Amino acid sequence: MTETTDNQTQIDAIWNALQTVTDPEIPVISVVELGIIQDAYLDNGNATVEMCPTFAGCPALDVMRDNIRHAVRAAGFDAVDVKVVYDPPWTTDRITDEGRRKLKEFGLAPPTQCGGSPVTEALIKDTACPFCDSKDTNLESIFGPTLCRAIHYCNSCQQSFEQFKPV
Amino acid sequence: MSDLFNLKNLPTDLKPAVVDLLYRLADDSILIGHRNSEWTGIGPILEEDIAFSSMAQDKMGHAAAYYTLLHELGEQDPDTLAFMRDAHDFRCCQFVALGNIAPDAPAESPDNCNNPTRDRLMAHGDWAISFVRQFLFVQADVVRNSALESSRYDPLASLCRKIRGELRYHTMHAESTLRHLAHGTDDSRDRIKKSFVYLWPYALGLFEATAHDQALADACICPTQADLQREWRARIDPMLADAGLTIDESVQPKFGGRTGKHEQALVDALADMQKVYRLEPTATW
Repeated sequence: MTETTDNQTQIDAIWNALQTVTDPEIPVISVVELGIIQDAYLDNGNATVEMCPTFAGCPALDVMRDNIRHAVRAAGFDAVDVKVVYDPPWTTDRITDEGRRKLKEFGLAPPTQCGGSPVTEALIKDTACPFCDSKDTNLESIFGPTLCRAIHYCNSCQQSFEQFKPV
Repeated sequence: MSDLFNLKNLPTDLKPAVVDLLYRLADDSILIGHRNSEWTGIGPILEEDIAFSSMAQDKMGHAAAYYTLLHELGEQDPDTLAFMRDAHDFRCCQFVALGNIAPDAPAESPDNCNNPTRDRLMAHGDWAISFVRQFLFVQADVVRNSALESSRYDPLASLCRKIRGELRYHTMHAESTLRHLAHGTDDSRDRIKKSFVYLWPYALGLFEATAHDQALADACICPTQADLQREWRARIDPMLADAGLTIDESVQPKFGGRTGKHEQALVDALADMQKVYRLEPTATW
């Protein structure tokens, strides 16, 4: 095996380990699917993971950072460095299609894609119910039980639901 | 565009100015966060309880991020900066430290023997003051944040570009709630008016220029406070007019906070905010 492929195998192993780390508040979605892993590489043999925080005040971040460290260590890397980077800023557009599918399955409406434009109330209002897919819904509150969630009400199945809000 | 500054190439003569700027940002953020968090569990309606709690959590997160930038520049660790400094060390404006209670509220309040601050807030708290402050603050916050997104001090610019999306929700909340209250009932209109008159001189204190004002502007790190204030006014004047709020241009700003001169309100806020940490500063959390 050449050194490059060996390197690539190790980097793949880091990404596979990251795929097992989930958001403690939404345990179905991995940090990779959430789009918070900016890069994973080897630095002098040390596994280095660059992570973009979702919301600056999100208490799940420290837990995710620790869990990333443990998972990568368990994959055979003795030294693991998890770096928090702000550039590029994380936005919900970074959540993968698979991640969006899992959010919906979990009962959370996935965030509307905003393509870099600022989020408006109109953009959040147009949210389909994750349970019955109806678009006949009302935005109840742009703030919810966690920093990343908004609260809606579905007029069709008559229950409230939460959305992973776009940022 | 001139070269960006980072941790390694920040000129020594600019460092005190950047440190001062970061203290102002961090201390404003943690104090407005702390004051807004006082409504958690006792907000006037559930939606506002959740909104104030969420915005408080966001601002605490921003404060932690600014304190981290300070730590990278050689200041103490974020927890020590937040919880072990005294009022005269803080560089927030007096505006963010004000309590959520009208100055003419009765001095007496019930004593349920467990949490005097909360007992007093439940008896005499005025959410109109908290909301009008939040409106005026977030409009300044967003003006400042958007200017700093292109700051020549790159670690700060990156952080501000990250914070931008979060602040969108704060401005959405502030603007729609102001419209609701202003076009609501006589009571809601009277209460925002009364709060606005009380808060306005303090709000102007957000833009107190420090000794580093011109140096920061010359280095393209942060616009002057006068420029930021102009932009803030351009943003809020139409919204205030729509809400029937008239600005008294003769009002003298409440300055002092940026040089560590504070009212009792900050001392009281810190006593609550730092109480648990100071019981056992070496504890790990």
